[in-house]
Amino acid sequence: MFSRGCLRQASRVSSRSLPIRQTIRRTTTDAAKAVPEASEARLTAAAYVATAVAVASSGWYFYQYGPTVYAVTPAEHGLHPTKYPWVHQGFLNTFDHQALRRGFQVYREVCASCHSLSRVAWRTLVGVSHTVDEVKAMAEECEYDDEPNDQGDIEKRPGKLSDYIPSPYANDQAARAANQGALPPDLSLIVKARHGGCDYIFNLLTGYPDEPPAGAVVQSGLNFNPYFPGTGIAMARVLYDGIVEYEDGTPATTSQMAKDVVEFLNWAAEPEMDERKKMGMKVLAVTTIMLALSIWVKKYKWASLKTRKIVYNPPKDILK
Amino acid sequence: MPVSSRIYNTLFRRNYVFVGLVFGAAFGADIALDIYADKFWDWKNQGRQWKDIRHKYVTEE
Repeated sequence: MFSRGCLRQASRVSSRSLPIRQTIRRTTTDAAKAVPEASEARLTAAAYVATAVAVASSGWYFYQYGPTVYAVTPAEHGLHPTKYPWVHQGFLNTFDHQALRRGFQVYREVCASCHSLSRVAWRTLVGVSHTVDEVKAMAEECEYDDEPNDQGDIEKRPGKLSDYIPSPYANDQAARAANQGALPPDLSLIVKARHGGCDYIFNLLTGYPDEPPAGAVVQSGLNFNPYFPGTGIAMARVLYDGIVEYEDGTPATTSQMAKDVVEFLNWAAEPEMDERKKMGMKVLAVTTIMLALSIWVKKYKWASLKTRKIVYNPPKDILK
Repeated sequence: MPVSSRIYNTLFRRNYVFVGLVFGAAFGADIALDIYADKFWDWKNQGRQWKDIRHKYVTEE
């Protein structure tokens, strides 16, 4: 019923102006009239049944495969981090380099006692948060293995700009042994390596409650932090108000230090961010101009085709 | 002589002039884009970049 009705409508509309089609239409309508009433009713019933089957099968499919099944409890998943409006995450914003300098100070005085930053070299800090002389002085405070001497022994030498920031432990096993089996992760790429990025790390650093909530099970040697998956984290709260004294006079509150160190770690993970954003800005500017030009060229080339008119005059003798 | 034919005669008529124009314009546009992108970047990030805080830490040049 549906399909036949549509066909009849369409043929009536399209063939109104062409006399030659009218004869064809007449034959089709005659054929349609010849269909008996019983067959139309059967067609309608078939359409209802087909619709019901389609709806039911798609419903069954979504019941079977649609809902997501979570294998972990919310506690095991960890509390979702609060979203903060990080200025440096704007499309065209760089890092606040004063905050990077403060963040490096926090890393050096607090985090560096357990966490390595093994993929960041001293030289990368030059012109970002410190001057050359400052970085050279910091590097020289550390000792690195030198080339073997004439007896083949490895001697120590003061660090250079090209050296990487030294790790607190010689290897992962030493780090585990010193931290009751827990490995403090390397912080070079930690912002990229954790879901939630900056928000997660900020929430983790500032989210330690004074004491675990009633009913929460905290294993010995672990600390309660709702943002950490599983809520039991080996790292204790480290950022307390005033634990660091900033050289630029910024009050060193817990959240200020967490914000600064998160921004610094974001820089460590994405030192190329400025170049990336600048390049994206240029690409968008150029492609916008190119898009406008190509639209204009298309309109220019198609103008003659779009405005022409094709007229068909049927031969007179075919009407007889 | 109308302006259009003067442009044609000076710029488009000889191929080496035209190709030179294309390459020169490409270089010029790229340099100009870089300069203005950097200017916009510096304006958007006033006070946030290292060059804005550098004077606090550099003792002698």
